[in-house]
Amino acid sequence: MTSADLTLPAAGLAPRALRNATTEAPWVKWTLIALALAFMSFFLFVPLVTVFVEALKKGWDVYLAAIVDADARSAIRLTLIAALISVPLNLVFGVAAAWAIAKFDFRGKNVLLTLIDLPFSVSPVIAGLIYVLVFGLQGWFGEWLRDHDLKVIFAVPGIVLATIFVTFPFVARELIPLMQAQGTEQEEAACVLGASGWQLFWRVTLPNVKWALLYGVILCNARAMGEFGAVSVVSGHIRGQTNTMPLHIEIVYNEYQFAAAFAVASLLAGLALVTLVLKYVVEQRVKAQLRGARDRQE
Amino acid sequence: MILTRTLLKRHSVLPGFDLALGFALLYISLIVLIPLSAAFLKTFTLTWAQFWDATTSPRVMASYRLSFGASLAAALLNALFGLLVAWVLVRYEFFGKRLVDALVDLPFALPTAVAGIALTAIYAENGLIGQHLPFKVSFTPTGVFVALVFIGLPFVVRTVQPVLEDLSRELEEAAATLGASRWQTFRHVIFPIVMPALLTGFALAFARALGEYGSVIFIAGNLPMVSEITPLLIITKLEQYDYAGATAIAVVMLVASFILLLIINALQAWARKRQGGI
Repeated sequence: MTSADLTLPAAGLAPRALRNATTEAPWVKWTLIALALAFMSFFLFVPLVTVFVEALKKGWDVYLAAIVDADARSAIRLTLIAALISVPLNLVFGVAAAWAIAKFDFRGKNVLLTLIDLPFSVSPVIAGLIYVLVFGLQGWFGEWLRDHDLKVIFAVPGIVLATIFVTFPFVARELIPLMQAQGTEQEEAACVLGASGWQLFWRVTLPNVKWALLYGVILCNARAMGEFGAVSVVSGHIRGQTNTMPLHIEIVYNEYQFAAAFAVASLLAGLALVTLVLKYVVEQRVKAQLRGARDRQE
Repeated sequence: MILTRTLLKRHSVLPGFDLALGFALLYISLIVLIPLSAAFLKTFTLTWAQFWDATTSPRVMASYRLSFGASLAAALLNALFGLLVAWVLVRYEFFGKRLVDALVDLPFALPTAVAGIALTAIYAENGLIGQHLPFKVSFTPTGVFVALVFIGLPFVVRTVQPVLEDLSRELEEAAATLGASRWQTFRHVIFPIVMPALLTGFALAFARALGEYGSVIFIAGNLPMVSEITPLLIITKLEQYDYAGATAIAVVMLVASFILLLIINALQAWARKRQGGI
């Protein structure tokens, strides 16, 4: 719209001209929407749908056979074990780090914040490599571990460690901004009223952050179950023993059993969809809690 | 109590500082800092000449060119379309908008290996999209680019979206009253406000793409000198038991990542200041 339209409020065009002052012409609007949707389709929708289509291409029997296969079952079990150990550990860390950072003022806080983000900027492959350098046979503890008949690399402990590394920041990153926005007044009030440290945490802090906590756990879990690069380096790819679901997909895919690979992949894609739904629901609650925190401060 | 005495700037009645910070520092040291330092210490077993050879041989240089080049191209496309998607999601109402909004996060939630095999199938010569394209995508450097676009997509959308949501309409109305066209308003009013967030999203997508492994190796074809990314080269060296060589390349990548992390932190500080000032 040009400025000329705006100077003609009496010409019967007024409502339309005014609306157009802060929105685009319909053809611009629909072109932009179409472009955005086309881009999303090529890179998101089609790949997602493809996983399920390819998985069921050869029918239900092949699909089920691929999932109940002994190697697939052991891969599923290992993936669950890795997530069950790494998520709770990172949860405890996230709460501890968020408590220190959000509720206290101390020297080096920004350094700690940067360190928490560090694993996000390290390539997963390098995350695996550093544990090989520490625990591998050529590594710092390699000989000691061998003498004591312990295995970390090419075994389950290595897989768990690599998973912890890549999922390390998720819970802390969700909690810190919310707890910082909430401030310390409620906790201080509880403290003055005689609450012990644990009472304070369980009754005041935790109810205030429970949705953000859940949100962090959901993201952490999704990444823990789906991690590929870091786990690939430390796993050794021993079928039935040190293969997680993503690694199992790779092996089966490289053997040209595409339907079977996509069948196991469809389980992870299903998990991703559940994650997105939970994320959407929880995100609304987190926003509400964050708004509540801001209103109280104002 | 040592932590309280040396680090705490202001006294607090709240308990648990020593326990919380102590545990956090111990955990970070054990899981992140000590293993990461192993990478740097390992490279000291190499002489400078060996380090230089390991990190600048032709095959390694080719992998840098591909990794940095494809990551840059993918992050640029993501910046352009990420801004577009964020704009469409914030400004317009259309059928299925919530679904589209939720699906933006798919690359965060979908395991990279799953994304890798799905993209390979679609963009293969007989694939759903690949058969209509005049050029090969799967098993070429273009395939690497496609995978990196996929994994970087949410970063730009999710950093730009909140800024667009907070943008006050009064500014645009003022621009319109002063006679600006929609394009002029976007170019001179909206874009400068969104720019720091856009740059942050771009840098985040670039950093993520640089280290990506899972989704790329299926679609890349992994031909040495042609379609071999740097993270794959690290794994190849490891499989040949060339630990020092693998670590030398890893250190180069780590330094690049750390520099990017610093740039991203500075960009985020700038974006916060810019937003706070309006």
